[in-house]
Amino acid sequence: MSTGSDNGEFKGYRSPTLDLLRAQQAPVWSEATLHTSRGDFSGLILPRSETADADHIVLKLETGYNIGVRHDTVRRITVHGRKEARYQIPERQFPHDPGKPRVKLLGTGGTIASRLDYRTGAVIPAFSPGELYGSVPELADICNMETEKLYGVFSENMGPEQWMGTARAIAAEVEKGVAGIVVGHGTDTMHHTAAALSFMLQDLPVPVVMVGSQRSSDRPSSDAAINLMNATRTAATSDIAEVMVCMFGPTSDEYGLLHRGTRVRKMHSSYRSTFRTLSDIPLAKVDAVGVTPLRDDYRRRAAARKVDLKAVFDDRVSLVYYYPNMKPDIIDSLIDNGYRGIVIAGTGLGHVNKPLYPALDRARAAGVHVYMTVQTMWGYVQMYVYETGRELMELGVIPAANMLPEVAYVKLGWALGQSDDPAEVRRLMLTPVNGEITDREPHDGYLVLQGGSPEVSDFISSHWK
Amino acid sequence: MSLSSRYRLSDPWLLQPLPAWGTLTDDDYHALGFRCGLEIHQQLLTARKLFCRCPAGRYHRDRHDAEILRHMRPTLSEMGEYDGTALMEFKTRKEIVYLLDRETVCTYEMDDAPPFEMDDDALDGSLLMAMLLGCNVVSEVHITRKQYLDGSIPTFFQRTAIVGTDGRVPFGARGVRIRQISLEEDSCREVSDKGHRRVYRTDRLGMPLIETVTDPDMRTPQEAMAVGQLLRWLARSGGMVRTGAGAARQDVNVSVEGGTRVEIKGVPSLREVGRLTHNEALRQRSLLGIRSELARRGVTAESIGDRMVDVTPQVRGTACGYVAQAVAQGAIVGAIPLPGFQGLLEAPTQPRTSFLKEISDRVRVIACLDDLPNLVASSQNAPSLSSGEWERVVKACGAEPDVPVVVVWGSRRDVETAVREVALRARDAVRGVPNETRQALDDGTNGFERILPGADRMYPDTDLPPIRLEDARIDGIAARLPLRPWERRERLRALGVGEDLAARLARHRAWDLFEHLVTLLPDGCAFGPHRLASLLLDRECPRPASLRAAGPWWEALVRDLATGAVIPEAAWTAEDEVPQRAGDDEARRLFAAAWADALADGGVGAPDEAAKREHAHMGRVMPPLRGRVAGSLVREWVAVAAKEAR
Repeated sequence: MSTGSDNGEFKGYRSPTLDLLRAQQAPVWSEATLHTSRGDFSGLILPRSETADADHIVLKLETGYNIGVRHDTVRRITVHGRKEARYQIPERQFPHDPGKPRVKLLGTGGTIASRLDYRTGAVIPAFSPGELYGSVPELADICNMETEKLYGVFSENMGPEQWMGTARAIAAEVEKGVAGIVVGHGTDTMHHTAAALSFMLQDLPVPVVMVGSQRSSDRPSSDAAINLMNATRTAATSDIAEVMVCMFGPTSDEYGLLHRGTRVRKMHSSYRSTFRTLSDIPLAKVDAVGVTPLRDDYRRRAAARKVDLKAVFDDRVSLVYYYPNMKPDIIDSLIDNGYRGIVIAGTGLGHVNKPLYPALDRARAAGVHVYMTVQTMWGYVQMYVYETGRELMELGVIPAANMLPEVAYVKLGWALGQSDDPAEVRRLMLTPVNGEITDREPHDGYLVLQGGSPEVSDFISSHWK
Repeated sequence: MSLSSRYRLSDPWLLQPLPAWGTLTDDDYHALGFRCGLEIHQQLLTARKLFCRCPAGRYHRDRHDAEILRHMRPTLSEMGEYDGTALMEFKTRKEIVYLLDRETVCTYEMDDAPPFEMDDDALDGSLLMAMLLGCNVVSEVHITRKQYLDGSIPTFFQRTAIVGTDGRVPFGARGVRIRQISLEEDSCREVSDKGHRRVYRTDRLGMPLIETVTDPDMRTPQEAMAVGQLLRWLARSGGMVRTGAGAARQDVNVSVEGGTRVEIKGVPSLREVGRLTHNEALRQRSLLGIRSELARRGVTAESIGDRMVDVTPQVRGTACGYVAQAVAQGAIVGAIPLPGFQGLLEAPTQPRTSFLKEISDRVRVIACLDDLPNLVASSQNAPSLSSGEWERVVKACGAEPDVPVVVVWGSRRDVETAVREVALRARDAVRGVPNETRQALDDGTNGFERILPGADRMYPDTDLPPIRLEDARIDGIAARLPLRPWERRERLRALGVGEDLAARLARHRAWDLFEHLVTLLPDGCAFGPHRLASLLLDRECPRPASLRAAGPWWEALVRDLATGAVIPEAAWTAEDEVPQRAGDDEARRLFAAAWADALADGGVGAPDEAAKREHAHMGRVMPPLRGRVAGSLVREWVAVAAKEAR
């Protein structure tokens, strides 16, 4: 936020444009005509965005379009009137039906539902049950919903604080008795949080479903409403009592997928179908008809079960993405800065270059716990096959099987929050809580189809994408 | 069925056939209060699409690589209500299928990736257009989202931006005001729309378009056509628009006094604008006639009920083909009476069609009952249910025997929607002309497409920052603005080119060539601009009048004409080789030889009449001299020689 921006009558405008508007007595929401060297422009003066430059006045024309007029082209401003935007969200009651299950929606950020202020384009989160009901009335057909806002952050700003807070809130809610939990979350780090919650909340009696939207919910094309309906339906009725991520299956509006929280990852920066289960198949498919499990090895709903809450985290952990010619000073600086755990995303079967060996030795001597995962995302670490791997293991690097790098990072922080003893940490890391390490990788765990191959083109052209 | 006196139509407009296109005068249109505005869309000639790097201008009619299915979901307005259009589209519950071709579409078009930065060539092209039309150019371009909920754009909004406002184009005595020029992305091409599924092809999606919107300044359909031509021409003169089929489209807005602004989309060609706007004006006038008729009879919106009466039992065993067939396939049949509408369902609204079609259109578009005919009315002349069946239906509705009843058939859900729409359209008739977007049809009439969205359905696109237009960029484009046609005529006038020729040349392809060649004519030259213009436009022998195709040939010719090395007559008819003017001595020698030949041929003495004699002489002597010696000179010499010969 730049200094000198006006938050009062001249919202968002800064010098030199601010000076012009002041001098001409034309505050925001004035209906005005700007007489400029390029002609006259008439409309409503809107607030200026914080990230835009200080040189232009934003005018909303009668036709609904916005334009920008540069301050030094303006000779004179005539003000005709004033038309302030008073944005009101009407109150609506989420209908209560004693026959329907109770679902709690916890918000951490990301706008799973929102409304648009057409005048300024501001996206206003719709979050209370009444607002959600107005936005997605189908929810009332599925459950009775209550909402609570835990945090309001972009998900790149989520961290251990928020993971632990969310886990505690979920545990408390489960204690009170609820059919299921839905957690609204930004998609960028939804998989990190899903992993964290999987470790911090064990033996869940009910479903915990994380949900977001790839396209902001103010758009008619948004995936938000469908995702929210699917997630809610899962929380209310499914018998899968695990931490899951619920997002689009294909990019078409066909069905959603429920992914186990420890093996899910955001795989594309923008596609709706970006979330995928890696090295295994998802838990279930979900659509307007219901939840259809795709496998049967999941923990089932059991109201009597007590959730085991372990909301701990030692954040002196780092995730290091190896690259050719990485220098030992990277590792050294972690040791010198007091890090207790390092997860390496190595190449191939779990490798780094020789120059790093002395630094890794230092790490072992300093009691820093070092674990190896694979950059390739799919596949197991196997450090016996090549000399490098064997040498690294002798230096104390521990292979983390087929744990995803981000998941290993989260788990190491969680493990170090419980113990610093190498043997105990190792036990915690290598004993799977819920699928973050699997015994075996089935043939359909890695199916990255190559576009352009004739058989793949045939397949794609005969199904909705 | 003859109408009782209470229901006899009183508005003479409703009692006579609609005036045919071409029969009304300017005064007639003024009396109607005809107003028309144009929206011309033209694709820009760029290498890439507007908000992504896909190649522009590739179209595949017959193949695609993949399909994606989407549904539309309306979003809430700031008042906590759904926008009327949105609700309408949602009511139709359509599945939308998009056909993708790998070459022409990327993740951006399918709403699976955010926009890339706006294409600079497209922006420059739109700025050039704005300046050509005398618009005020903005300092900063803000991209706006305009909601389109029929599925023709997968994001369900179009990214669009204004580059200029308040322009003006001279036309007739008044001129036409240009409300705005905007730059926007084009939508998909519809492949089919049947029942609850609509299919689109995506190759055109994302192409850059300039939209030119005029104020409703046109007062007759003929004016609308002429202005459309002028605007289209101006864009072409700028050189920045694509030409060819589908590269330009136009929509028109039409209203009459007491009517409503109705937008007609998809006008196939500028030639069609006249007939379409004429028919729309008549349609509105007819609807106003129906409104006053309803008012006279005391019919109000509240008096029109929307309860569906299930009359499936009453029509059991009917001989009416389409009803019987539908019922056999499990359809139900619903009826709705329209009390007060006696005689009005048949009132002509457009050529060859009546008010009943207005109702049928709504049933087709919103209830998705698109197998036509999709309804029958008891008052129709066309064969439908038997009179016995109608009696039973009317009775089941609890209506008086003369009340017209409309009957629809289909699934229960669709029939319920259809009946509601019939009632809604009937209520609209009480109010007058509904605010609608309509679709141009091939026969010059139009049909209902959707309820007109308002200006509120636009909001800023925050995925891209506003684009600052630097002075250098604007000035650079201003410097290369071509002359507009009225400026060209001025220039020609100043050069001494006659009015008629000037009017033609100002719009002619040969303009660029003329401008170039005129610089080769020294001041005071005998072969001046007027003759040059005439030569370019009316030369007998075809040769491209284009700078690029034939520049050097023309340059050489004009230079020779300017110096007198070639005589104008040679220029008029020569093909490749242009004969040089014969010098004095050689001319005389050639003449002497030709005259001698003529004499030798036996007979210079010929007809008695002097004129005919001279004509005969010229005929014999000219051929070897043509193009090399001026005809006037030869005529002189012939006169002298003929005299001497006698």
